[in-house]
Amino acid sequence: MLRNSKESFGLISILFHWIIGLIFIGQIALGYLMVRVSDFTLQFNLYQWHKSFGFLVLGLSTLRLLWKSANLRPRDPATLSPLERVAAHGAHVILYLSLFVVPLTGWAIASSSPLRIPTFMFDLVVIPSLPIAISDSAEAFWSASHAWLAYLSAAVAMLHILAALHHHFWKRDTILLRMLAPRAVRNGGRHAT
Amino acid sequence: METKHAILSAISGASIAAIVALTPTFVTADTLSDVAGRYRIQPSSRVGFTVSQVGGGGITGDFKKFSGVFALNSSDIKRSEIDFTLYPESVSTGEARVESFLKSDAVFDSANFPTITFKSTQITQTSSDTAQISGILTARGKSSPANFQASLADHGKNTITFHVQGKLLRSRYGMDVGTPIYSNVVQFDMTIRGQRS
Repeated sequence: MLRNSKESFGLISILFHWIIGLIFIGQIALGYLMVRVSDFTLQFNLYQWHKSFGFLVLGLSTLRLLWKSANLRPRDPATLSPLERVAAHGAHVILYLSLFVVPLTGWAIASSSPLRIPTFMFDLVVIPSLPIAISDSAEAFWSASHAWLAYLSAAVAMLHILAALHHHFWKRDTILLRMLAPRAVRNGGRHAT
Repeated sequence: METKHAILSAISGASIAAIVALTPTFVTADTLSDVAGRYRIQPSSRVGFTVSQVGGGGITGDFKKFSGVFALNSSDIKRSEIDFTLYPESVSTGEARVESFLKSDAVFDSANFPTITFKSTQITQTSSDTAQISGILTARGKSSPANFQASLADHGKNTITFHVQGKLLRSRYGMDVGTPIYSNVVQFDMTIRGQRS
């Protein structure tokens, strides 16, 4: 139940997927909004929330990768065509990379900004700065990189979501279902542990 | 009666200390009468501040525009007084984005509250050349007691210089944005130069 099997995702993998996915979507929305609000106090607070959740994504993704490496990878459903297989795996690789690269470029913004605003994750832990150059131009570079990579990964996440919905509602296979509950629905039976 | 007695003992105690040290100090009868009078705060004064931040460092800056007067009373130091105004629009930190943040309605709201004022209510001598200044500081339409410690740094015939320090809680004035990343405590470090008026 907790661990993955050859046929299905375990509870831990499922929780990692949805929790990180929801925070990631929230972060895209928050990042889009926070640079557009005019109220300075609200903007300051939104930035701090965005940084805190960004580090949460980075931490959870590290744990997720460790968990993934210690677990079986459920086999692809037989309903997938070779092209779908390549596309799905390509999207997964990009999304996994994004979970690290996007927070890291965000960390680089906070570290390179001459404003030197500390990152105090959820007002609990001070996150040190990365040892990188501090200047307005460095901050501008990392800000642009962060935004482009974030929106690019959001586009890939959108394809990932649309593909899952396509499989569920049109092809009526178990691709989405197996990420919703630990047991493959169509098997019904017990899994060997 | 009690206050009179306290002043007398403070002054005589300070005088003894001064004699022992064999150096002219602020409160000896001579000096005090020398420096008594009304002074106008000079633009060459410096009104610096620091707000520390988690993990070390902080925001340091100063206010470029201010004005004020103070009166030193030789017979009763308690009757001395100070009236000070500073203009938050003149805040300087070396970082334009920090300055516009400070001037905005997130902090000073300098468009609606162009001045921050301090008016002393009580000045108490704390040693031969130091005093505590208690008063009311008004910022962003909120008034709250504030204390500063002044020490005499230098004086001439018509000029006098004090080093003044004090800590304020910005939450008292509705300026607590950014806490606890940035400390609620604002540390003031000022050099106040007065020219006899």
